[in-house]
Amino acid sequence: MNQALYRRRMWSNGVGLTLSMISMVLGLSVLLWILFILFKNGFQALDWAMFTQSTPAPGTEGGGLANAIVGSAMMVGFAALVSTPIGIFAGIYLAEYGDESNTAEITRFVTDIMLSAPSIVLGLFVYAILVAQVKHFSGWAGSLALALIAVPVVVRTTENMLRLVPGSLREAAFSLGAPRWKVATFVTLRAARAGVLTGLLLALARVSGETAPLLFTALNNQFFSLDMGAPMANLPVVIFQFAMSPYDNWIDLAWGGALLITLSVLFLNILARILFREKVRV
Amino acid sequence: MSQTQIESDDSLQTKRILAVAQRQKTQDSLFHIVTMSFSLLVLVALVGIIGSLLFNAWPAFQKFGIEFIWRIEWDIINEEFGALIAIYGTVMSATIALIIAVPLSFGIALFLTETCPTWLRRPLGTAVELLAAVPSIIYGMFGLFIFAPLFAEYGQPALQSTLGQMPLIGPLFGGAMNGIGILAAGIILAFMILPFIAAVMRDVFEIVPPILRESAYGVGCTTWEVVRYVVLPYTQRGVIGGIMLGLGRALGETMAVTFVIGNSQRLLTSLFAPGTSIASTLANEFGEADDFHLSTLFALGFLLFVITFVVLALAKILIIRTERAKGTRT
Repeated sequence: MNQALYRRRMWSNGVGLTLSMISMVLGLSVLLWILFILFKNGFQALDWAMFTQSTPAPGTEGGGLANAIVGSAMMVGFAALVSTPIGIFAGIYLAEYGDESNTAEITRFVTDIMLSAPSIVLGLFVYAILVAQVKHFSGWAGSLALALIAVPVVVRTTENMLRLVPGSLREAAFSLGAPRWKVATFVTLRAARAGVLTGLLLALARVSGETAPLLFTALNNQFFSLDMGAPMANLPVVIFQFAMSPYDNWIDLAWGGALLITLSVLFLNILARILFREKVRV
Repeated sequence: MSQTQIESDDSLQTKRILAVAQRQKTQDSLFHIVTMSFSLLVLVALVGIIGSLLFNAWPAFQKFGIEFIWRIEWDIINEEFGALIAIYGTVMSATIALIIAVPLSFGIALFLTETCPTWLRRPLGTAVELLAAVPSIIYGMFGLFIFAPLFAEYGQPALQSTLGQMPLIGPLFGGAMNGIGILAAGIILAFMILPFIAAVMRDVFEIVPPILRESAYGVGCTTWEVVRYVVLPYTQRGVIGGIMLGLGRALGETMAVTFVIGNSQRLLTSLFAPGTSIASTLANEFGEADDFHLSTLFALGFLLFVITFVVLALAKILIIRTERAKGTRT
């Protein structure tokens, strides 16, 4: 009797753990396969012209991605400038006053939804309020759409990181007579700053790969331009258009661009990790 | 004399303390207001999104009414529009993605937290997290150039000769096999959200206090039993949260889907057949759309937003219920 029970428990344990190991191997190998393909095709397409020339016209040879790289960097940078303060302050509010007010409850609910909200719908929104009003696509519009995506990410990571700070730390500060705002900014936020910064970098990484919202806002620009008030070239949209095109050199450029985006996203992630490996353990 | 000296010292001290307290109180309420107004911005954005989408979609809803949701026509020339094909593609591809990704990511999270040798834990965990960050367009390109041809040659014939022969679900796996279609989109989506869900699950599994886990092992539980009866109940909320995030991403994903779903406005039984999702319809047609067509696209966008909103709201309510059942309140 006991023997049978024991055997059954051992058996289900074995099955469960084997399945889990198989899923690890399967999942990881498919994902590594995707990266391998990306690196193989991407490095083949990579050359110096990619960084010095702008996107080629249909049917012409050569060309590069200089305009798209600069456009992407400008739009992502501006989006980061806008979303950082909003996200951190809102995150502090949720962590600090989150348990005692309905406003915070609703905000957290909405933020969760915005976090998973389809980015393409945010693009539609910016199109409706900005592009349709001024009657032309622009880098500002693209940047605004990206900021809209980044804010909920920053809000939620900030809140989560602040909540990870041990209660005793806050209580110690309170018992010394520190006011709430001082505890929130100089104790909790400081203790969690590595986590918050990691969240920021992750939001940046998320945003730099976004394509869909840019289709309706920044659109694309075949020429080199630093004017955020005009349609602006950017890596994701160029990749999308070039990958779907019939020209071989365009498809090559798309792989090259895809590699650049992925490398910068991975770089941001690894940077966040290396810089804060020890400090993030609060 | 010395008595009064002390008294006045005391009252001076009290006054000073009161002044500081007063100042701190003002600062605190100011801080409260400032942070609150920043977080209210999020609410304003939500109201703005719903409002502007509805406003722009109004002509379409006015013409077709609520029927727009289940009309099948999508005829740009005659201006006859319905959302059913796009909704079907969206829901179907996301469902397929979840069916594949949830068990796999649970397995990965379990492996990383329980069975993985310690020296491998960190590199593998980092790898999963890094993969979660890969932009969706990469998955789309991989799907179009690498996965679709292979799937047409090996995957689809295999599926047709096995699942395709079963009653009821058989017709789902019939028809022409060209690698591109709703099923392909679902599979690509699955691998896109896989590291995402796995990373979240791993994070919440690690939150379980070691003492709980160790006591379960101490009374003789197997690893599987620890996960099933200690880790999972403890982390329910986070697990559902992770799946919810994955579902939200899958429903609204544009790039990974647009590359492989085939972008055809037809409703076919087979999952091998090309279809379209709301997001990929938007991405494909928005550029060439004018007045009324544009309005129907806004209507689609509005529907997509409503669908994701309902899914996420349901998940949230579910989470709150489980929390209540457990006796803890957030």
